Amino acid sequence: MKRIVANEQYCIGCRLCEVHCLVAHSGVGRSRLSSLARRIIKAYKDESPRAEPRLLVEEQGHVSFAVQCRHCDDAPCLDACISGAMHRTEEGTVLCDEDRCVGCWMCVMVCPYGVIHCRREEAPKPGAPKAAEQRPPLRKIASKCDFCVGQATPACVLNCPNEALSLVEE
Amino acid sequence: MTVRHVIVGNGVAAISALESLRRLDRDGPVTIISEEPYPFYSRPLISYLLAGEVAEDRLWLRPADFYQRMGAQTMFGRRVERVEPSERRLHLSDGGTVGYDRLLLACGGRPILPPIDGASTGGVFTFTTLDEAHRLDAYLRERDPRRVTVLGAGLIGLKTAEALIARGREVTLVELADRVLSATLDARGSDLIRQGLAAIGAEVFTETTISAINSADGHVREVVLKDGSSTPTDLVVLAVGVRPATEFLSGSGITCGRGIQVSKRMETNVEGVFAAGDVVEGYDITAETSRVVATWVNAAGQGRVAGANLAGADQTFAGSLAMNAVEIAGVATISVGLTTPSPADVDGLQALEDFDAKTGQYRKVVLRGNRVVGAIFVGAIDRAGILTGLIRTGTEVTSFRDRLLSPDFGLVWLPKEYRKHVVTGPGIEV
Repeated sequence: MKRIVANEQYCIGCRLCEVHCLVAHSGVGRSRLSSLARRIIKAYKDESPRAEPRLLVEEQGHVSFAVQCRHCDDAPCLDACISGAMHRTEEGTVLCDEDRCVGCWMCVMVCPYGVIHCRREEAPKPGAPKAAEQRPPLRKIASKCDFCVGQATPACVLNCPNEALSLVEE
Repeated sequence: MTVRHVIVGNGVAAISALESLRRLDRDGPVTIISEEPYPFYSRPLISYLLAGEVAEDRLWLRPADFYQRMGAQTMFGRRVERVEPSERRLHLSDGGTVGYDRLLLACGGRPILPPIDGASTGGVFTFTTLDEAHRLDAYLRERDPRRVTVLGAGLIGLKTAEALIARGREVTLVELADRVLSATLDARGSDLIRQGLAAIGAEVFTETTISAINSADGHVREVVLKDGSSTPTDLVVLAVGVRPATEFLSGSGITCGRGIQVSKRMETNVEGVFAAGDVVEGYDITAETSRVVATWVNAAGQGRVAGANLAGADQTFAGSLAMNAVEIAGVATISVGLTTPSPADVDGLQALEDFDAKTGQYRKVVLRGNRVVGAIFVGAIDRAGILTGLIRTGTEVTSFRDRLLSPDFGLVWLPKEYRKHVVTGPGIEV
């Protein structure tokens, strides 16, 4: 399968990958209705809850690199998931079905790269049974790189200005 | 010669084993026997079901035709009474027998029932299975109990308490230890969770227990604590822990300590008989001894190895690692490995701690020599898994040990060779 590979020698820590990742996962991210600049502004300013990037940039002194889900062959998060949310697609990508996720954080606990983020949204979960006397105040979701599913090239790779992120076929 | 495989149990260890077995042996006969009448479901989700956060159809973790596709014959709702290794035969509760060539015991644990006077009355429950969740839910609907006492403030007790609070009940937790989650959190971590419990309105009594339950008209009316004080209660949940379900093995010759004892291949002392999951007592990599580590992750890993070995492979399990993730009222905690060395310097253990009272963020890393053997994260937990990785790989942390507690600790602090070797894999190029 294809993998995202980071080269820390080329990374300048500009964090454009974070920006484009956030926009790609926002409500306007994939609309073709407005320009990229407008979409970025909308994603950051107008949307609530605001989308969050699915990768993170680590930086220390002159060393920096972006890190996101490795879509491991032997993925510990798949073993740890109690809800059936974490799954592997036929292409080999590891995805979290956010409707199934209950935010137990078991995947966060076992990911050796620390690339699963605890996302908290103030919205009721669709499909939650009405019988519950009281709804949970927060929707908790394990948020991670989805390889920009459906797109030929993930947004982080596509928009890296220095080719520090590349797509490699294994 | 065809090899007859029999799996006892139908939880995550059993299902991991079945899937792993089938990757190596497409056609051999497999029978799966389970006491419960249901297909594989997520036991940890029953507290979410009780809270109303998930619907029951979300508990089934495999498609309806799963067993058929796996070519597994199912015998659900049947209990194994006795194992007879000399005849390679199981005796069932309905009088039937099942023969096997290779056997996997993945039958899990049972809730511990503490000896409490008057406990066999209406409104006293344990909470580990779907049937128990149904019974508890029915009781809530039929009798509308208002005041609930949960005995035991471990993971199950806390999740049950949280669910019952979400259902609008007044919850009191009673815990024998001096703090909640005493098995996995130290005093400070536990105290932060306790603040979370207070925020959602749970009352907590520690260093005491229920000595008697008094009822009226066949239903619980009050609980009497160790000091003689009594508290009016309409519902009691007993959640003091689970123990391996090994009673049916007495006389079988299969060696049990607290759980079924296994080799690294997950094989028992009896040739051809394997065991995996909560029923097992296996090697714990941080405690450096054999013990029961009843976690989902552990069961899945052990099951995978056991399943492959059932099919004739020779895989070994790297060892268990105790771990826990609990969030109460927005206070998220992760604990891994040895978290409460006391006193710290026994066995050469050293604890590094950092607590920020303003944010409530707490980090602790426990070292044995130059290696991490335990960690607690409270508050910001996103990157706790990196520590889990360092524990599992037994990585030397000498060069970055003073960074382990820093809020921005990440992969960037790891030595280049480690990044290249472990992190890079197919990933971060150095």
